[in-house]
Amino acid sequence: MTKPLIFEKPTGFRDFPPPLAARKRMMEELIQTEFAKWGYAEVGTPTLEFYETVGQASAIAESRMFKCMDREGNTLVLRPDQTAPIARVVTSLLKHEPLPLRLCYHANVFRAQENEAGRNSEFFQSGVELVGEAGAEADAEVIALSVKVLTACRVDSFQIALGHVGLLEGFLRERIEDDEALTRLKEQLGARNLVEFRKQLGEIGLKESQRIEIETLVQAGTTLDQIKRLTSGSRSLAVQEAGQHLEELFEYLDAYGCAGAVTLDLGLVGSLDYYTGVYFEGYAAGQGFPLLSGGRYDGLYRHFRRFLPATGFAVQLDHLLAARPLRPEPRETIGLFYQADRKKEALSQARQLREEGYAVATHLLAEEDGLPEIAKRYDRVVTLPEGKGEGGC
Amino acid sequence: MLTIAMAKGRILKEALELFSRAGIPVSDSLNEDSRKLVITMPEAGFSLFLAKPMDVPTYVEYGVADLGIVGKDVLLEQERDVYELLDLRISPCRMAVAGKPDWRPGLYPRVATKYPRIAEKYFKEKGQQVEVILLNGSVELAPIIGLADRIVDIVSTGQTLRENGLVELEPICTVTSRMIANRASYRLKSEPISALMNALSKVIGECVRR
Repeated sequence: MTKPLIFEKPTGFRDFPPPLAARKRMMEELIQTEFAKWGYAEVGTPTLEFYETVGQASAIAESRMFKCMDREGNTLVLRPDQTAPIARVVTSLLKHEPLPLRLCYHANVFRAQENEAGRNSEFFQSGVELVGEAGAEADAEVIALSVKVLTACRVDSFQIALGHVGLLEGFLRERIEDDEALTRLKEQLGARNLVEFRKQLGEIGLKESQRIEIETLVQAGTTLDQIKRLTSGSRSLAVQEAGQHLEELFEYLDAYGCAGAVTLDLGLVGSLDYYTGVYFEGYAAGQGFPLLSGGRYDGLYRHFRRFLPATGFAVQLDHLLAARPLRPEPRETIGLFYQADRKKEALSQARQLREEGYAVATHLLAEEDGLPEIAKRYDRVVTLPEGKGEGGC
Repeated sequence: MLTIAMAKGRILKEALELFSRAGIPVSDSLNEDSRKLVITMPEAGFSLFLAKPMDVPTYVEYGVADLGIVGKDVLLEQERDVYELLDLRISPCRMAVAGKPDWRPGLYPRVATKYPRIAEKYFKEKGQQVEVILLNGSVELAPIIGLADRIVDIVSTGQTLRENGLVELEPICTVTSRMIANRASYRLKSEPISALMNALSKVIGECVRR
């Protein structure tokens, strides 16, 4: 490797100059306000975790984790997501707390990028975890909250795409006995390769009617009625339960008044072998990448020797900022320029102006100085003694 | 309005033929010789732009194009996060390993290609260690002038290989053009996308239910 230039940063990492930092903080505050209103308490976890525990429990592939070693030779990872560390906290520090637990976070997560040098390796996420509730009402709560967050951040036209991994799995298993074929099919859905999915489906030797049923199920934009019809005759317990769950979920979403923002897509599977029930992604018009994603991950807690159902979602702050470049309300800024002999008066005036809600920055002037160039930055300029440096800029 | 990124060259010509067979009014101003890069077709409900084939998946992944039409070879090489919606079955060819007819495995095998990722994956899966050399064109030159003993490239009629004294040694996979979609557009513009897919699948003869 060549020696980095003095201003260089590691690949995939970036600075936040003031305007960007201000937007990020504002967005996080908007989101935090919503999270708090719904009773979610913020938690923080370390940046470094053991690979053996959190790393292995994470939904993120090992090849994408940043690893290092501690002095004892243990492998550490920069947290690749926030869900696994929170599961660790829930099963240790918070294990005697009554369930359900409603937790939220605003944190950076780290994922190495293989594809391109310019892509970020450090992401900022704001998310919630609802731990200890298995019912449709819990899934509906986090989905409704995700809708509320997007609304609060004034994303104008968005849609939540909703899949159900349990339903898909049960439905496929009812028709396909070969485990390997089934896994391959799910992998094609995970890779969003619908061409290969249909091709493989055609090669398994299904009855024409079964093939059509499966293709109808996984198409984007199916209605709940269509799914009910497809699953009504099912003898599989998994399908019946999942169908029931989905139906209840929509009753709740309806009660929350946000069913209209949600469209079904049973072909949406998320990270394979991680999500166990519903999985959803939020999309906004004109944005190529999802703004948020989440779902039910009842299998995660077994890595921490507890069996707790859990559901949640995370907002990708970068994508949300790109979709909605809200600017913080500008606060009136005052530049207070004073000479040393007036410092008592000047600093007490600054204190008073700050209490009144202005942003005040003070500058010490040398006796012979005029008003410096920086004075132009402020909305208003106060000088002590008055009139000092007038015409100086 | 759908924005479609089209791979320039043979795919473009055959895709436009397919569109007109499907009854989609395509503008005459779009042909091989045209230097125009963006063409709007309000009557068909979309605008097209022409791009280097290798760039088409990038445009689609980032959402500046809702749809893209590009060869499977490029999709395999680029591994972009996009939906692969439809096999258009146009511009058929295959990805293959080629070399001189008297090629024998050597101690320092080198493979020249425009598709380093495909080549590397293929030889890795075969358990062969080879040095993959990236070239940006005229790959057939490599065995002739001694840069590499084999190449990985797309072969359609095999004429280019023959003219350069090369033969196809092993096929890797077949390649046709695909229609791909951006993850967000696939949902937010599902109606026009379905309509286009339905119209095209009728003429492709592939049964696609949407």
